[in-house]
Amino acid sequence: MSLMLLIEQVLNGLQLGVMLFLMASGLTLVFGVMGLINLAHGSLYMVGAFAAAWVAAATGSFLLALAAALAAAAAAGAIVEVVVIRRLYARDHLDQVLATFALILVFSEGTRWIFGSFPLYLNVPDYLAGPVTLPGGIEYPLYRLSLIGVGGLIACALYLLIARTRLGVQIRAGEADREMIAALGVDISKLYTVVFALGAALAGLAGALVGTIQSVQVGMGEPVLILAFVVIVIGGIGSIKGAFVGALLVGLTDTLGAFLLPQLFGAFMDVSSAAAVGSALASMLIYLLMAAVLFLRPRGLFGDTA
Amino acid sequence: MMRERYINAALLGGLLLVVFWAYTGDEPFTITLATRVAILALAGVGLNIALGQGGLVSLGHAVFFGIGGYAMGILASHAQSYQPLTLGPLVIEGTKSMPLIWLTAMVASGIAALLIGLVSLRTGGVYFIMITLAFGQMFYYFAISWPAYGGEDGLSIYVRNGFPGLNTLDPIQFFGLCFALLLAALAFHAAFKHAPFGLALNAARQSPDRAQAVGLDPTRLRLIAFVISGVITGLAGALFADLNRFVSPTMFSWQLSGELLIFIILGGTGRLCGPVAGAAMFIALEHWLGGLSEYWHIYLGALLLGVVLFAPGGLIGIATRREAAHD
Amino acid sequence: MTEPVIETRALCKRFGALEASRDISLDLRVGEIHAVIGPNGAGKSTLISQICGGLQPDSGEVRLMGRDVTGWDVAARARAGIGRTFQVSALAMEDTVLQNALLGAFGASGRRLGLFRPALRYRDLRSRALAALDRVGLAGQAAAPAAELSHGERRRLEIAIALTLAPRAFVLDEPMAGLGSEGTKEITNLLNELRSEAPILLVEHDMDAVFALADRISVLVYGQVIATGAVEEIRANAEVRAAYLGDSA
Repeated sequence: MSLMLLIEQVLNGLQLGVMLFLMASGLTLVFGVMGLINLAHGSLYMVGAFAAAWVAAATGSFLLALAAALAAAAAAGAIVEVVVIRRLYARDHLDQVLATFALILVFSEGTRWIFGSFPLYLNVPDYLAGPVTLPGGIEYPLYRLSLIGVGGLIACALYLLIARTRLGVQIRAGEADREMIAALGVDISKLYTVVFALGAALAGLAGALVGTIQSVQVGMGEPVLILAFVVIVIGGIGSIKGAFVGALLVGLTDTLGAFLLPQLFGAFMDVSSAAAVGSALASMLIYLLMAAVLFLRPRGLFGDTA
Repeated sequence: MMRERYINAALLGGLLLVVFWAYTGDEPFTITLATRVAILALAGVGLNIALGQGGLVSLGHAVFFGIGGYAMGILASHAQSYQPLTLGPLVIEGTKSMPLIWLTAMVASGIAALLIGLVSLRTGGVYFIMITLAFGQMFYYFAISWPAYGGEDGLSIYVRNGFPGLNTLDPIQFFGLCFALLLAALAFHAAFKHAPFGLALNAARQSPDRAQAVGLDPTRLRLIAFVISGVITGLAGALFADLNRFVSPTMFSWQLSGELLIFIILGGTGRLCGPVAGAAMFIALEHWLGGLSEYWHIYLGALLLGVVLFAPGGLIGIATRREAAHD
Repeated sequence: MTEPVIETRALCKRFGALEASRDISLDLRVGEIHAVIGPNGAGKSTLISQICGGLQPDSGEVRLMGRDVTGWDVAARARAGIGRTFQVSALAMEDTVLQNALLGAFGASGRRLGLFRPALRYRDLRSRALAALDRVGLAGQAAAPAAELSHGERRRLEIAIALTLAPRAFVLDEPMAGLGSEGTKEITNLLNELRSEAPILLVEHDMDAVFALADRISVLVYGQVIATGAVEEIRANAEVRAAYLGDSA
């Protein structure tokens, strides 16, 4: 095993991590501010990916495609919030789970109805295609490197938004005390719609960005959604910082596990069974990580301890 | 409460009538559909103990369904190939006997429920939902990436397993077996609810503080309920795999966990026969709407949204005109 | 002197900058009603939680009949003999009054909870539950869902559940909260009778009731016990009057 290969896998892990952060931050914001568990967050990811693929095919512009992903997911989020989600804030988690599960069915089948069952493809734009040589001579795809950069930038932007802006103050107030923000004269229902649309836009962007390295298809959102759940359980529900740390942990664990475990078992097994055992175990690794974190800290790494 | 009793009788009687009609009219496919209803309802009864009595919103019950399925698949495939299963020093013969398979399925799901419960019950509420969902996904990916039993493609069994004294290949006899198990589970649920354990579990759901203040440990109660729940759902999984003579990772999928919850909600949370009503409705919808449109899940989604937003008591709630299932 | 039933030794508990308990040492002796009074925010609920096991103190000890139970959880302390009620009724609202009382009887019996036989067929526990309901005047409503009880009846059901535990000590958190004068009188009479069963640690706002019932009173202000003594001493204590009674009188 070469060091270069390892570094490449670490970068892959970071890339997965920042994309998970885009998903997880929206989920954790919506939970923190509105107390809602939203299973349909993966559908918004899918909406972003489909909007991007469709616009890219029509215009050929990747940036327009990303803009479309943001706009479509934010719009879908806002509409869903106004029509369905806001009726769920006062309900228990079971109702929230079922209603948002129902939304997944509607979104998935609706998308299948419009776009058909065949996957769409989004191409990496020319200016981001090809490998780039990193210090130390490591060749790494420029596009994936850009994903890491974009994800990092968005994390910073989100931090500034919450720490420095008026909206951020309202969000933090909403997390601390829902009645208080009403008393402050904030239009809560508007704030909720904005927060939900913001989370949706982040999910949609993630869908579009990942859509270029995977195929764009119905059902693409849910595996990512569940990973994002693992992320926020590890990080502590409601904590953006936790989502960030959790996302990187999960991204790195998953990628490095899949890379290292078969090699580890290869040390005392024949190659084919090492690959089988290693990959089977690697597929469980992040969940074992989650279990371990919960055993030590039931409310996650950055969750409130109350 | 009387009214709910009539509805329960009508539901179970209705299912029997459908089967009787299909039997006399020689419609084996309809019998198979009714068998699916009975098995899925059985899985739902299992979940209903955790959810309705314990208040545990498990979004990972497919784990137990899948374990039951694979217990059947693995034992039957070893019997089929005459190769015993070797686990280190332990050598296990495969079997085609349903009672043995059921026992294995129930024990294995019980152990899994115990381990998952130990981790996920350390937290509550929304954490519990996400963690059970995550564990479901863990088993799903494990089943896909473990090549020994078919991996992603699943595992076929050529002949349905046997039950002493019955010809299980005859649809009506297999239905009878599944229906009897469903009745047994329903009877257990009915007794459980009013037994001291059920009383304590229900109290812990309504007021954990109260349960603790009288010396009961809510987490322990929930853990035991979760194990019982997993065992029943695991049994249903073994039957389901036997019905299809096929088991695959989709038995572990999060969609299946969601569908099990849907059965209960469509029927009415905490209602004894809620899962029966819900499973019957689900299969009927799948059959009819699926015939009308390839995209029938849209209608299912819309219906589910309607029930959640406007009819929280579910079907039985509408029929008895009472929202909560207290009696 | 016999050993106190409940004793706290130098309990301290902080929430961030707030010192909710500062070096609280008090005891509940056999046969007495010991009332803890204090203005809102004085730390009475925090104290109760530490005694009953819901909160762990930062330092200090809770002792029950001479045993250090500081590390025990709520359920273990309940089994060891603390029968408590809640400031805001904590009942299984979907269940009947009798089922609520039975719960206490089962919890206290320490028996394995069966999965099959209906709870109502456990004759001995059922009669114990009914006897407790009778004591508080709720025997007539045994079959009614707890949700249908009036506020005052719920308060009494809380006490009945505590009674089914056959506790060594009652810890009652504002049992008269929200009751009218009639209801307060009923509970006052009831507590007067209960005194013979087990001593009562009573947290209460209603001063008339406290002065009528208590053998001793401790006054809690800003997390600190500023005075403990017999009713007359407390009435006369200048510091207490300034800190507490002065505001409310």
